[in-house]
Amino acid sequence: MSILTLSLVIAGLGLIGWLTARMRAVGFRRGSTARFSSLPSHFGGYVALWTVLPAALFLCVWASTSPALVTDRVLRDPAAAQLPPPGFDRAAILSEARSLAAGNSFGAFNPLSQKLAPAYAAAQNRNDWIGSAVALLLAFATGGFAYTRVRPDFRARSKIERVVMACLLAASLIAIVTTMGIVASLLFESWRFFSVVPITDFLFGTHWSPQVIDPADPGKTLGAVPLFWGTFFIGAVIAMLVAIPFGLMSAVYLTQYATPRARRWMKPILEVLAGVPTVVYGYFAALTVAPAVRDVAVSLGITWASSESALAAGLVMGVMIIPFVSSMADDSLAAVPGAMRDGSLAMGATSSETISRVLLPAALPGVVGGVLLAVSRAIGETMIVVMAASGVATLTLNPFASATTVTKQIVDLLTGEAEFDSPKTLAAFALGLTLFVITLLLNIVALTVVKRYREAYE
Amino acid sequence: MSIPNQHKISAQHVNVWYGAKKAIDDVSLDFGSDHVTSLIGPSGCGKSTFLRTLNRMNDTIPAAKVEGDITLDGEDIYAPEMDVVQLRARVGMVFQKPNPFPKSIFENVAYGPRIHGLAGNKTQLGEIVERSLRRAGLWDEVKDRLTDSGTALSGGQQQRLCIARAIAVDPEVILMDEPCSALDPIATAKIEELIHELKGRYAIVIVTHNMQQAARVSQRTAFFHLGTLIEYGATSDIFTNPRQERTKDYITGRYG
Repeated sequence: MSILTLSLVIAGLGLIGWLTARMRAVGFRRGSTARFSSLPSHFGGYVALWTVLPAALFLCVWASTSPALVTDRVLRDPAAAQLPPPGFDRAAILSEARSLAAGNSFGAFNPLSQKLAPAYAAAQNRNDWIGSAVALLLAFATGGFAYTRVRPDFRARSKIERVVMACLLAASLIAIVTTMGIVASLLFESWRFFSVVPITDFLFGTHWSPQVIDPADPGKTLGAVPLFWGTFFIGAVIAMLVAIPFGLMSAVYLTQYATPRARRWMKPILEVLAGVPTVVYGYFAALTVAPAVRDVAVSLGITWASSESALAAGLVMGVMIIPFVSSMADDSLAAVPGAMRDGSLAMGATSSETISRVLLPAALPGVVGGVLLAVSRAIGETMIVVMAASGVATLTLNPFASATTVTKQIVDLLTGEAEFDSPKTLAAFALGLTLFVITLLLNIVALTVVKRYREAYE
Repeated sequence: MSIPNQHKISAQHVNVWYGAKKAIDDVSLDFGSDHVTSLIGPSGCGKSTFLRTLNRMNDTIPAAKVEGDITLDGEDIYAPEMDVVQLRARVGMVFQKPNPFPKSIFENVAYGPRIHGLAGNKTQLGEIVERSLRRAGLWDEVKDRLTDSGTALSGGQQQRLCIARAIAVDPEVILMDEPCSALDPIATAKIEELIHELKGRYAIVIVTHNMQQAARVSQRTAFFHLGTLIEYGATSDIFTNPRQERTKDYITGRYG
């Protein structure tokens, strides 16, 4: 039975369970004046869940273990004795045999896979039957068990509540488990990288050119300091020089000076800026800002100015971050009690004195937290730098020179024809891990700061 | 060029609108410089609104509009040439909820002198801060921790800090908008004691919900109802021998 039919049959059983349990509940309610803890539909739901869920769980487990069991069985076939030793060829033959057996392909490169196909089909068939039978039996057994519990004094309603809670818990666990999986894979690949390249070379080396790697000393050209510097320079210096003043000033204007009408149309426009896809910012940076920056530099007499300057990428990234900083600062300023403002105005302070001496200092922790979050976003930002920053890692303080970032290098390392166990490719994972750790720390610090600030006023 | 006037602040035919709603209707009141005046009345009667016209704090509410003549030492405070910054330095205000700035105790009191440039140097500033805190009866409690945050003080101490902050710019009038409504009875008693001590040095106008408090701290009492001034006179008269029926009903607890 295919998985689809099987699911439909189990769902049908669930429906039958729901109907019969409901009918039984309606039956014992009829003529009785007692109050019941559960409605008929709760009994129905209870039986339906007991019918469907265990079988569905079993099918999930079965679907993930069955292919391995099938292969195992095929390998016990006499024809499998001719298979090459474990490795790429063996895997290729087996997968060819599998698709032949499933009827997905009609020819085979390897005659051996032709021979194995019937064994595959048989094993697959047998496994499918076992799986279907067990799933159906399970559905009957658990559904029947639940049906026997449908009695007037049984509290099906609270049981269903528990199932709902378990489902919600499972949904939230999926996000957490995925994150842990991602971290684990990053850690694993990075560990492989660091077993080839010394961690000190990577973290403190100042020369980065992954295109030419000396097999004897791969760490020599995999020093990531220029990348860290480029990332910091573009994301945390240039971008913040744009985003902090403009973001703060727009927040001050919007919260303190703007009339409700002005606020009504300005705030959504600012938020639209946050919704622009970063790839569009990338065009803007590469096609408009970068040439303009180079022209300005040339007119200033800097003839060697790069058309992929750190300044262009940083400026556009800063613009991208403005709404982020602005809305964080907006929230913090709005959280400062109005009494603070009145108190200062009543002392004879002007609006701008009130803002700079009372409101901003009071909102400062929130603003700092917002800026740290913005930095963490900026250094993780990829598309703008991929399109506008250079691929050459230089350790420079000059904003007109070319600079590259960690994210840009990760993209460069992983695109194109790469083998998956060379130091060059593995370096991408080490970079990713470093970036992940840095942004994680930034986020933790920022959220702690913001949280402490919130507590102060609530 | 100020006209000699025995009243510190004189309000004549004051109307206040919030948008289309009239909050104060033709109120005329004079405040002398040597006594405490309390404004009483049920919630929403306009007493706080009226108080806020005296230092133009209603300016911060865009929809509010004030009509009539209010003079401070004979000067029209709503005249175009009136400097609001100077006005608010001369007419200080203490709010319902203590609102110290999230700064140190010292900086809270030094805030006004700093923005108005009242102190020539650090020593003078220190003197102003000490004098203000002493007058507010807070010096002995905080002299050893002037660098602590003002928000770390207790509610009553915070309110006295706010009074010290208002005193620090050497105002002529202090407006108090229900200064004790967020405080416990002991802290309230301290503030009332303080008002007694400040009397005579500053003209004090206090809005209060608590009629016993009005009777205890003030020499003059004005009773507001629905945006109009019902009765104004010596506190002892208002509480023992009100001329208006509505005043009598209110102070005897018939409504409010």
